[in-house]
Amino acid sequence: MSVETAPRKKNGTIKVDYMARVEGEGALFVKLKNDQVQDVKLKIFEPPRLFEALLRGRHFNEAPDITARICGICPVAYQMTAVQAIERGLGIRVHPMVRELRRLLYAGEWIESHVLHIYMLHAPDFLGYRDFVELAKDHPKQATEALRLKKLGNQIMTLLGGREIHPVSAAVGGFYKTPQRADLEKLADELKWALDTACSKAEFLAGFEYPDFEQTYEFVALSHPSEYPLNEGRLVSNKGLNLDASQYEDYFVEQHVKHSNALHSVIRGRGSYQTGPLARFNLNYSKLPNVARQVTEHCGLRVPCLNPFKSILARAVEVVFALDEALRIIKLYEPPPAPRMPFEVHAGTGYAITEAPRGIQFNKYSFDEHGLILSVKIVPPTSQNQKRIEDDLRNFIPTIVSQPVEEITRRSEQAVRNYDPCISCATHFLKLILERE
Amino acid sequence: MSSRTDAKKPRIGVFKFASCDGCQLSLLDLEDQLVALADAVDIAFFPEMSSNMRKGPYDIGLVEGSVTTHHDASRIHDIRKQCKILVAIGACSTAGGIQALRNWNDSKQWVAQVYAHPEYIQTLGMSTPISEHVPVDFELRGCPVSKHQLLELVSATLAGRKPSIPTYSVCMECKRAGNVCVAVAHGTACLGPATQAGCGAICPSFNRGCYGCFGPAETLNTVILADRLLAGGRPAEMVARDFRSFNAWAWPCRQASERKATS
Repeated sequence: MSVETAPRKKNGTIKVDYMARVEGEGALFVKLKNDQVQDVKLKIFEPPRLFEALLRGRHFNEAPDITARICGICPVAYQMTAVQAIERGLGIRVHPMVRELRRLLYAGEWIESHVLHIYMLHAPDFLGYRDFVELAKDHPKQATEALRLKKLGNQIMTLLGGREIHPVSAAVGGFYKTPQRADLEKLADELKWALDTACSKAEFLAGFEYPDFEQTYEFVALSHPSEYPLNEGRLVSNKGLNLDASQYEDYFVEQHVKHSNALHSVIRGRGSYQTGPLARFNLNYSKLPNVARQVTEHCGLRVPCLNPFKSILARAVEVVFALDEALRIIKLYEPPPAPRMPFEVHAGTGYAITEAPRGIQFNKYSFDEHGLILSVKIVPPTSQNQKRIEDDLRNFIPTIVSQPVEEITRRSEQAVRNYDPCISCATHFLKLILERE
Repeated sequence: MSSRTDAKKPRIGVFKFASCDGCQLSLLDLEDQLVALADAVDIAFFPEMSSNMRKGPYDIGLVEGSVTTHHDASRIHDIRKQCKILVAIGACSTAGGIQALRNWNDSKQWVAQVYAHPEYIQTLGMSTPISEHVPVDFELRGCPVSKHQLLELVSATLAGRKPSIPTYSVCMECKRAGNVCVAVAHGTACLGPATQAGCGAICPSFNRGCYGCFGPAETLNTVILADRLLAGGRPAEMVARDFRSFNAWAWPCRQASERKATS
């Protein structure tokens, strides 16, 4: 990380050449003039890997394996969204127990990804450490528990998918193999420990010092009549959106911003929005299980929460939800009659939106009568939050502009990490060419 | 991580190229060993984990990802100079990754398919492994790598011994796991016979054929396997796709993907 000031105070440039503790490669560029923010850019130099192009001509059965490789941190999100879009294109509905197992697999990913972000990537900012290893020296109990929680998330994915990164079980129509009841029951004791621990750890996080900073957001998340959303639901917002996945492209557009080469996903005619844990929490609070609502209360978190720095608490509440949900599924689980639904291949187009740990992911798949993919559109959560991250910085930096530049930089990075940006997912990010006055 | 105690520890750098981050994430997935590892070595450069990024030289450099940009093609030379031992980790860095599918196609056209303004995109026509650019001391296979093999690699390197990484096929692991052979019993296309072990034969354990994410091993014959699949009636375009996945640009996979039925 290098910090430059030229000249110090009033006017200047804040540059973080390489953002640490985010997944993928990105940089931050902020330009100040008379203590006013002139420009904010989250610069992305993750090389494009062209997934939407390389998927063309592949069979849809290969899509869950290939799209997992977009992101090593949230492969299940890509697998779940892909199989559901394709199943919708084929007009098939999976067995209710397959549906439950998919929720369990996704819950495993949420636990792993959220615990990773909370303790390894974000908590060091609040406590003044450079990384988790430093945090672990001063808070060994918190660190050890965090690692055990994270490991449990990985164990769920490994049990259902063979390994935690790029699991191999997800298939169009269901799974290649489904577990026996006894396999899942082995997780129960550890899940019970984890649920208790996650509740008390949320209070540790609630004790952090939070910047006094609130914004008016359009929060966007899935909403399901009876569940906290993971795989299913209509897409809703606090400003009146209520739509099916097939209507996504009518309301959302990826835009080129003038003087910036980054593609920003915006709501047509309205602009930036926020997706992810805070959006889900605010829009679906009533669907959380009691234990998660109690944690919310103990943390002093109010609904709606408009402070983006408190997204770390929303994440902690969601860890509690995911653990409780895993326990619920393990209790009711009976193996489905067949791991996979038989189906006939025909041409089709299907859409799906699911809730990745970082927010909604939209997929559209079209395929021919042989099942070969004709076109794919994938909109990952980070490209949806990118404009909102810049908007937050534009409004947040003026509140800290009198502080030393090192502190402004540190705080700005912390504000970016509120969104747990996953730049590896950046199928839609472009390299930014900077313009200076 | 104070500089005094770190002074004598071996310094490790973790570097990212075009990739999904999964292989470097494997380090953070070593939940039981992470704290001890961070104590035994000086993790001097690992941006995904720490803001404390320090300059080289490094005793071990772990490189994830493939080379797909001009900038990265020159950056890998700088990294090589700074690392006493350079290890390529994962299918992107050892074989070019899934993004190497562009190597058979017009990547400009692909960019135009994905981006509204292709003129803003700077990317090379090819995705290539690290070894096509600089000498590499060891290649750790897998998409993703096995975190246990990664730990063994780091431990062995620090101890100055050869890492114990088997180069036999997935079939060996599959037999050891007690699986029924999916190829023999169910006629499922399985790349296990020509794929290096390391994953634990997870795909056959999940009732599906191995899709080759650990890539070809030196002693295994992909071409014979391709011919066998073709002779069994699997269409050539499917066999081509079988071998053109996460290790597509590895030479044995390229060869196998171009086989045609003889009859």
